[in-house]
Amino acid sequence: MANPMKIRATAKEGVTEVKILMQHEMETGLRKDADGTLIPAWFITEVKAQYQGRIVMEAQFGQSVSKNPYLLFRFKGGAAGEKVSVSWVDNKGESRTDEAMIAA
Amino acid sequence: MSNEIDLSRRKALKASGGVGLLALLGGIGLFRPSDALAEWNKAAFSSKAMDEALTGLGATTPEANAAGIQLTVPEIAENGSVVPVTVSSSLANVEQISILVDKNPNVLAASFTLPQGTEAFVTTRVKMGQTANVVAIVKADGKFYRTSKEVKVTAGGCGG
Repeated sequence: MANPMKIRATAKEGVTEVKILMQHEMETGLRKDADGTLIPAWFITEVKAQYQGRIVMEAQFGQSVSKNPYLLFRFKGGAAGEKVSVSWVDNKGESRTDEAMIAA
Repeated sequence: MSNEIDLSRRKALKASGGVGLLALLGGIGLFRPSDALAEWNKAAFSSKAMDEALTGLGATTPEANAAGIQLTVPEIAENGSVVPVTVSSSLANVEQISILVDKNPNVLAASFTLPQGTEAFVTTRVKMGQTANVVAIVKADGKFYRTSKEVKVTAGGCGG
């Protein structure tokens, strides 16, 4: 079971800023373990953020994104008390969805 | 190893079968392409070279535009495994922002699709195996633009 994301969303002057910290190994598939066997690639491929049922950010990741990926973006609209939801899917088909309340 | 190859071949076969089905459904009007979210761009993300990655993104000859794209990266990264990258753009109608690292084994790091109402501004963190150029590709009004900056890496991000 994947670990929860940390999401901070703040609304200011009509724009909501969303900061997301996902917890994921983001294995490139190029590293070897102590025995010299290749560690298989394991990384988040897609991230989607939704606000009031519409997509406000759609990201695709490759192996070059750092471990525990961080993402910051801004969208117009959003008010304190409303919710933003974020989901990711990785190359093994695992997924995780978390929600955060927009703060003022 | 041979096992792995076999598996990926099967996956590829499966995937192509899926595309065929979608096309078929589309043909009889059951499935509109607009209903589906963009699928993970496997071709672009598996690219080992810049040209290949750009082709995968559909951006074969992006126009150099340092004025319209702001790329913020550290000049020197002490830790190549977490290099902060911010891309913003003052161009009108930015639809997509992509971040590439020219000397990484997999060149394309991330690609962001920005719907209407989302600002042309993203920050993320990428791994860099060695000193390389970080390239930002911005798609605005259907056209591709690029800018790049070099980041000196003092300790690589892929050694473990």
